[in-house]
Amino acid sequence: MSKLLVKDKDIAVPGEALAEGMDYLPGNGTYREGDNIHAARLGLVNVDGRAIKIVPLTGRYLPKRGDTIIVKVQEIVMSGWILDTNSAYTAMLNMKDATSEFIQKGSDLTQYFSFGDYIICKIVNVTTQMLIDVTTKGPGLRKLRGGRVIKVNTNKVPRIIGKKGSMVSMIKQATGSRIIVGQNGVIWLEGEDPKMELLAVETINKIAEESHIAGLTDRIKEFLEQQTGKQIELRTEEGEPNDVQ
Amino acid sequence: MKMHSELRKHIIDFLNKGLRLDGRAPLEYRKPIKVEYDISKSAEGSARVQIGGTLLMAGIKLSLEKPYPDTPDAGNLMCGAELIPMANPEFELGAPGLQAIELGRIVDRGIRESHVIDTKKLCITPGEKVWGISIDLIPINDSGNLFDASALAALAALKNTRLPKLENEKIDYLTRTDEPLPLSDAEPVSVTVCKIGSHFIIDPTEEEEKVIDARLTVASMKDGTLCALQKGGEETLTSEDIDKMIGIAVEKANELRAAL
Repeated sequence: MSKLLVKDKDIAVPGEALAEGMDYLPGNGTYREGDNIHAARLGLVNVDGRAIKIVPLTGRYLPKRGDTIIVKVQEIVMSGWILDTNSAYTAMLNMKDATSEFIQKGSDLTQYFSFGDYIICKIVNVTTQMLIDVTTKGPGLRKLRGGRVIKVNTNKVPRIIGKKGSMVSMIKQATGSRIIVGQNGVIWLEGEDPKMELLAVETINKIAEESHIAGLTDRIKEFLEQQTGKQIELRTEEGEPNDVQ
Repeated sequence: MKMHSELRKHIIDFLNKGLRLDGRAPLEYRKPIKVEYDISKSAEGSARVQIGGTLLMAGIKLSLEKPYPDTPDAGNLMCGAELIPMANPEFELGAPGLQAIELGRIVDRGIRESHVIDTKKLCITPGEKVWGISIDLIPINDSGNLFDASALAALAALKNTRLPKLENEKIDYLTRTDEPLPLSDAEPVSVTVCKIGSHFIIDPTEEEEKVIDARLTVASMKDGTLCALQKGGEETLTSEDIDKMIGIAVEKANELRAAL
C-alpha cells in the first residue's frame, strides 16, 4: 500500500522520505531508493497526481537547451568566445553562430564582442559533458549596450517573468524601464531615469524575496502604484514573453 | 578601449543625477557600519567590521622580538592582509599579490604615522627585547572598500588588545592581563575618496571600484590632522582635487569613528 509522507507545498530537505511504495513516481529533484522516494534538494514538494517533484528554493542555474540567457565574455579564442553563464559551466559562442558577416581569418574578434561585454544569447545545445553552445543569431539576440546587470536567484526567474510575462511587463510599464530577464538569473535593465531604474531593481529584489508568499502579483502591483503614484493595469505580453525591443 | 566602459558610462549617467547604482548619494557610506570586539579567543585583540556588505576581521598577535637596530628602544609593528578567495572569487591563493600588499601597507602607515601606539612603552630591554605587534587583516566578504574597513578594524582590534602575562621573560598566552596597549586617543581612521569623471564618491562598491579613475586614501586623526595618504588608480589628480578629497575624507572619518 503506497503512502504519501508529506503534504503538497511542504518544505523538503535533501534525503527526506517523501513517499512509500511504487504507486508514486519520482520527478525532478527526487530519487527512488528501494521502495521510497526521497528529496534530492531543498525545496517545496509538488504532488501532481502520482508524480512527486521538488520546486527548488536554492541552487545555481542548470543550463537547458532553448533557454535564453545573459552571459558575459570571459575569454576570446581562435574560433570564438568563451562566456560566463552564471552557472558551474562556461558556454562557447562559435564565430559562425555569432554573426552572418564574413570574418577574415585571424581578425580581431573584440570588434564584435569584447571582454566584459554582456550578450543575450540562446542555448542551442548542451552535451552530457556540459559543453554549452550558444547562438546570437535570432530575433532580439545581441550585445547589450548601456544599462546595468543584476543577478538574482535563478529559481525565482519564473516568478519575475510572471505568467506570460505579466510581472516583468508590469514593472516595465510602471517604471518605464527596459528589462531583459535571462533564464540564468542575470537581468539587464536600463531606466528612463535613475530613480525609476532603482525602483525597478528594488521591485525585482522584492519579488525574489517574497515569491513564496501568496498574492504576489497584487502585492507588487500595490507596491508599484504606491511608489509611482500611477494606476497600473495588468496585461500579458504578446508573443514571446520577456522579449527584446 | 577600456574594460567596463558601458558600466562606467552608466555610473556617470547616474552620478550626473546625484545618485549611485545602489541608490546612495555620492558621499554616503553604506549601512550598517558595525564594529564587534573580541571575536577571537586565541588573538590578543580582535575585531570584526561590517560596512554594508563588506565584512572583515582583524586580529592582533603579540610576541617578544629583538628591536630593529635603528629603533632599539621601540616596539615593532607589522601589518599584513590576506585576500582569500572566500571573500572574492577574483582573489587567488598563494603569495600575497599587489592588492594585498598595498592594503597591508596603507593600514600600517595610517597606524604608524599617527603614533597612536606609544612604541617606546613597548620596550622591555633596550636593544634586546621589545613587544612586537602584528596586525592581520582577513576579509570575509569583499563587496568593495576594503581599505576603509581594514583601517577601522585594525584600530578597533588594537583598542581591544590586552597584553598576555609575562613570566621570566616568557609569554603565557593563555593568561590575559587587564593591561591594554599604550594607545593615545588619536583614533586614526582612513577614508578612501574615489574620482569617476568629474565626480567624487566614497565607499565604492565592488562594481564601482572597477571603473574609478583615481582614488585617494586619507588617514586622519580625531583632531583632523592627516597622518597618511595613498593615491591609486590610473588617472591624475590636480591639487584642487586633492584639497577637495581631503576635506571630504576628514569630515567623513567621524562617521566611521562613531562606530567604534
